[in-house]
Amino acid sequence: MEFNWNRIPAEYLVTNVKLCRGGKLSKRAGFLHIKKGRVEGLGVGAPTREDIPVLDGQGQVCAPGFVDVHVHFREPGQEEKETVATGVKAAACGGFTSVVTMPNTSPPVDTAAMVRYIIDRAAEADLCRVFPTGAISRGLQGEALTEFGDLIRAGAVGFTDDGKPVMHGKLMNYALQYARRLGVTVTSHAEDCTLSGSGVMHAGYWSTKLGLAGIPRTAEDSMVYRDCELAKATGGHLHVAHVSTRGAVEIIRRAKEEGVNVTAEVTPHHLSLDHSRCGDFSTHAKMNPPLREETDIEAVTQGLVDGVLDCVATDHAPHTSMEKELMFDQAPFGVVGLETSFAVCNTFLVREGKLDLGALVARMTENAADIYHLPAGRLEEGGEADFVLLDPDETWRVGPDHLRTKSRNSPYLGATLTGRVKATFLRGRLTWRDGD
Amino acid sequence: MSMFGKDLIGLEDLSREQILTILDTADAFRSVFDRPVRKVPIMRGKTVVNLFFEPSTRTRISFELAEKRLSADIVNFDASTSSLKKGETLRDTAENIQAMKVDMIVMRHSSPGAAAYLGRVLKASVINAGDGAHEHPTQGLLDIMTMRQRLGNLEGKKVTIVGDISHSRVARSNIYGLTKLGAKVTVCGPPTMVPGAMAKLGADVELDLLKAVADADVINVLRIQLERQSQMVFPGNREYHLMYGVTADVMRRTKDSCFVMHPGPMNREVEISSEVADGPRQVILEQVTNGVAVRMAVIYLLSGGDPGNLRAGD
Repeated sequence: MEFNWNRIPAEYLVTNVKLCRGGKLSKRAGFLHIKKGRVEGLGVGAPTREDIPVLDGQGQVCAPGFVDVHVHFREPGQEEKETVATGVKAAACGGFTSVVTMPNTSPPVDTAAMVRYIIDRAAEADLCRVFPTGAISRGLQGEALTEFGDLIRAGAVGFTDDGKPVMHGKLMNYALQYARRLGVTVTSHAEDCTLSGSGVMHAGYWSTKLGLAGIPRTAEDSMVYRDCELAKATGGHLHVAHVSTRGAVEIIRRAKEEGVNVTAEVTPHHLSLDHSRCGDFSTHAKMNPPLREETDIEAVTQGLVDGVLDCVATDHAPHTSMEKELMFDQAPFGVVGLETSFAVCNTFLVREGKLDLGALVARMTENAADIYHLPAGRLEEGGEADFVLLDPDETWRVGPDHLRTKSRNSPYLGATLTGRVKATFLRGRLTWRDGD
Repeated sequence: MSMFGKDLIGLEDLSREQILTILDTADAFRSVFDRPVRKVPIMRGKTVVNLFFEPSTRTRISFELAEKRLSADIVNFDASTSSLKKGETLRDTAENIQAMKVDMIVMRHSSPGAAAYLGRVLKASVINAGDGAHEHPTQGLLDIMTMRQRLGNLEGKKVTIVGDISHSRVARSNIYGLTKLGAKVTVCGPPTMVPGAMAKLGADVELDLLKAVADADVINVLRIQLERQSQMVFPGNREYHLMYGVTADVMRRTKDSCFVMHPGPMNREVEISSEVADGPRQVILEQVTNGVAVRMAVIYLLSGGDPGNLRAGD
């Protein structure tokens, strides 16, 4: 039977696809059998079924829907930048079927009611699973713990003050202790603010040349070290967000070797761009942590290859054009990343021979899901039918029209990338199709 | 359009030939200063806005005099007390000013890159009068003009810049301009004020003052921002003076011909002693006079003025 893209049936076959799961890309053509939002069956070859519609995958790659453990959807409080509804559109466009939101909204997600608010907004949009994190500290003030237990019951999957660090060592210690008892993850935005100070970009040649205040690597390294030691002492699960320095990679590597319960993520931009991108005072290259140097890119890349860094996360951080048109030192930190994540990683990692496609997909799916123990990121019989169709060879030039986020602050605008998300399915239902 | 394009953002962007043309033109204007009437009608009917987002006395007055001596109509806009404080973006302010049909904007702003941004979004000419710690090209040019008056060709000459190099737009403009003319630049100051990456901008780094000035032809002393003390960057004025103050004692350890410059305003007995500041081996007020000439030259050349014509008619 013919497959109707405009009316996705409850049961259908996806055939002529290369399945990519469990870290491996199948060389042989395979199929996926979807029934009522679940995977009824999958494997190599092509079953002959005349009674249900067949989507011809045309040799594309079929992978689990991507999982991003680090996004900012800005709602409530900064809806001019993004809302949950626009954020999940961007996610679906990037091939994501699950995202973890950061709690630094206004007001912040520091109560159960706020967690439910995010979940409700996401349910209305229904384009992507949304798992909120809660704040570690009330009001993100870094002074007192939020009610972790109550927030977890409302649906929070972890805790973080992301956007800023928990400078108070004892509070971070308590958070890890408390979270350990509850079985949830504490995520560190690792930055010693007394070292980063008024810095706006990586401290080095370019900051010196441009006359902009620098953020030294030590601001990140020292805090990653502190948090790894606290994780070791408490046994709590520490997740290090957006690792950007070669030093932090080494500290995490050693902690993992010692058996510390630590995981880490790296962003597509820290894997692909360096501080020279700030050279024309481009605020689309301004984010925190900042773009660093070639040696850092090599180190975080190697860290991702080795598994020291567990997954890729975008740190999708939308800001309005007006804000990003402020002077570099005044403009807010952050770039959007959902729509370009796969293409950037495919271009800079897979096509450069650092990782094969199967390994990249694992770092964008199951490895990410495991950080917060999410029921996502895997494609298996009986499981949820969250999947993507990918063309890893399609080359495209990123334009503003390719973005579905409310904002346009992408450092890849104008860049030519290889690898395209052709379609995204959530519970068997189409949430994104290239060309729509 | 002149050989200079529309804007002057920094000396990094200029070629050696362009710098020499500006200096030659400034020399020609400088000769006008000794006439009974110091005004030329070159910019008659043109409007220049001095847009200062940071308080400045001498740079603004110097530009204003340069504009007046070229017969321009001028407007001073002290943005440190204006709508900018009320959240208006730089673009909105600038577009409003441009809508009033101005020909040139001289801007000082605390953010690096502000002048380049303005030049990009406006049709009017933009002269950077200091953008944060990035560049201050007319200061660099007036420093170089003053050095050239004393030393002639700067090829192979050694210029030592002492002070808070990290935060200094004057240091950066000096480095770019001087190295293009073949001078050797050494930067010196407390290690907390001299970023290691300075070496990659073309300057030698020498943290020991006496070593840094030993064979210098010129010492360019930068103003220390006293508020840096509260930011823990250095222990205090007394210590700074002891370690990096340019005093008569320090001058005795230099070549006899070595002279001292300072962009002003000076903190006497901090970065420079009064004995040196008022002594025979400084050219500080020469710099101030040259500043007006250099700014006349820049305004003239950016307006499409022909340097050859000026010299011929002089």
